[in-house]
Amino acid sequence: MEPVRHITGTAVPLRRSDVDTDQIIPSDWLKRVERTGFGQGLFSEWRADPDFVLNQPRYRGAAILVTGPNFGTGSSREHAVWALQDYGFSAVVSPSFADIFRTNCTKAGLLPVQVDAGPAEALMAAVEADPAVLVTIDVEARTVLSAAAGVSTTFPLDDFTRWRFLEGLDDIGLSLRNEAEIVAHEAARPAWMPRLATT
Amino acid sequence: MERLSSHNVRRQTLADKLWDSHVVHSAEGEPDLLYIDLHLIHEVTTPQAFEGLRMAGRTVRRPDLTVATMDHNTPTIGLDLPLADPISAKQIETLAANCAEFGITLYPMGHAKQGIVHVIGPEQGLTQPGMTIVCGDSHTSTHGAFGALAFGIGTSEVEHVLATQTLPQRRAANMAVTIDGELPAGVTAKDVILSLIGRIGTGGGAGHVIEYRGSTIRAMSMEGRMTICNMSIEAGARAGMVAPDETTFAFLEGRPHAPAGADWDVALAHWRSLPTDEGAVFDKEVVMDATTLKPHVSWGTNPSQVTAIDGAVPDPDAMADAGQAESARRALAYMGLRAGTPMREVPVDTVFIGSCTNSRIEDLRVAAAVIDGRHVSAGMRAMVVPGSMQVKADAEAEGLDRIFTAAGFEWRAAGCSMCLGMNPDQLSPGERCASTSNRNFEGRQGRGGRTHLVSPAVAAATAVAGHFATPEDIA
Ligand code: SF4
Repeated sequence: MEPVRHITGTAVPLRRSDVDTDQIIPSDWLKRVERTGFGQGLFSEWRADPDFVLNQPRYRGAAILVTGPNFGTGSSREHAVWALQDYGFSAVVSPSFADIFRTNCTKAGLLPVQVDAGPAEALMAAVEADPAVLVTIDVEARTVLSAAAGVSTTFPLDDFTRWRFLEGLDDIGLSLRNEAEIVAHEAARPAWMPRLATT
Repeated sequence: MERLSSHNVRRQTLADKLWDSHVVHSAEGEPDLLYIDLHLIHEVTTPQAFEGLRMAGRTVRRPDLTVATMDHNTPTIGLDLPLADPISAKQIETLAANCAEFGITLYPMGHAKQGIVHVIGPEQGLTQPGMTIVCGDSHTSTHGAFGALAFGIGTSEVEHVLATQTLPQRRAANMAVTIDGELPAGVTAKDVILSLIGRIGTGGGAGHVIEYRGSTIRAMSMEGRMTICNMSIEAGARAGMVAPDETTFAFLEGRPHAPAGADWDVALAHWRSLPTDEGAVFDKEVVMDATTLKPHVSWGTNPSQVTAIDGAVPDPDAMADAGQAESARRALAYMGLRAGTPMREVPVDTVFIGSCTNSRIEDLRVAAAVIDGRHVSAGMRAMVVPGSMQVKADAEAEGLDRIFTAAGFEWRAAGCSMCLGMNPDQLSPGERCASTSNRNFEGRQGRGGRTHLVSPAVAAATAVAGHFATPEDIA
């Protein structure tokens, strides 16, 4: 995953609560063998409606999704996170996230930004009124700032996860920091343990 | 292994010993990093993991500790024909291409070593005591029957293991299930595990690794132990295990990947040090009496909804727990069953003998013995899907295939098949199946299909009787 220190950009307002992962990426997309290309399937049922917010040209190119509470509920499919990222989002701002979705976000590098109901509503209203409103998220300081929306607030991110975002470390990158220990363990493994031919 | 026998060291369970000997890195506030000895992969849960590797410019760290097979999507007839479903075909081609790119051994469709991932590991001697084994499939718990720590993982974790041969994990609690006494005639490992899940529920093992112990387990074959460990997942456990013993060693000796010569003696000494220390403490314990067990059959849509075969469909109104009553009511509606109906009077139209739970040679021998010289009942669709091409070849060498086909069973090639109906082997809406598999969820074997979990002996007798039956019923 790429290091994330600041995200500055415009936002899309999705005024719905309890958005489940079946809506984020419907199940017929799970048969794919690729990890990319899910952006097309993002909210595909809702996108059939020409008025749906993602279909409005004025919200094109946004980096941030602003949405209602309990975002990402339901099935644990990691494809939901892949779809949001592939579409172009770097962060989701919501008053609350479903647990597994939040974990999947932090594994894949999509920033879950949980803010109180007051600032969440202020941001939503400002972005609805003016698609050009700029929002800045600072990972190091754990803050969300938008002068145009009159929002200046903080969000929770544990030190370990924040460090992973700042350093751009996915779990794999993190484990590979223990390369010396992995090599030492491998050297001590019994030679009779099964090994397969490599081609 | 001196430190394990030292008097100063706390008494450890089998699972704890395996955990401690595989921790590569441990730090406060972080999960432990475990080394993985064997990574089994198949076509469904790996394509995005390989693509992730490519996107990050990474490679497979230990292709020599990774083995691939095709099982979930593969047809069990017409192997020489192109796959009818282009999406399944794409997944299968993708696995072959990924294995070629990263140098991974693959047992493709039609190969003599191909089969269900949890059948071929033990069969090839790849599954050994004291190992950590993972696979992007929940029934990886099967391999715990050898005294290995084996568990299912998700696609991100598959990628993690491919790249690093390690996995960050938090330690699970220890649970002991002790089963003592001799099983009555006709009662099998499948009945033991169905009865246990019926008792402790689908969440009974949550957060725990279950170690199965006691004289019943000690007397059981490796096949039986695998059946029990396999369904630990249906009890909600992270993994299931059995301590290795002479039965384990006898099963392994001489298999293609088992240690040989001087290595065998070294390995044996290590394996003998693994069983749980006398006096080690478990976080949770369950005790079962094997002598009173009966053949079991599931009536509902989760694996805890089971009864002895001489029982009847339960009455939801008589259930004390409101949640269970509601779930039973929904299950009976879906299953098309009326409360109070004796299980032996429920007519069955399909019998499936297969899946990673019950498709090994011993399972097929048991079923063949029941139907030998008999015929399936009128209108019955009965199918045997061996767990691997090796099981298929062994069964054919013994003439089991002829017993099955003479009795009116279809004799298929290896794969997951009707266990999950990802290939063309599916139930039609309303069809009722006596199945030796492990999940009876709504639609699991095909949309609208009705699955009853049973042992191979009950499945075979049911095929002959046309309703749920034991071998004695048709004798
Ligand atoms: S046989 Fe069934 S349970 Fe076993 S691995 Fe295949 S699909 Fe999963």
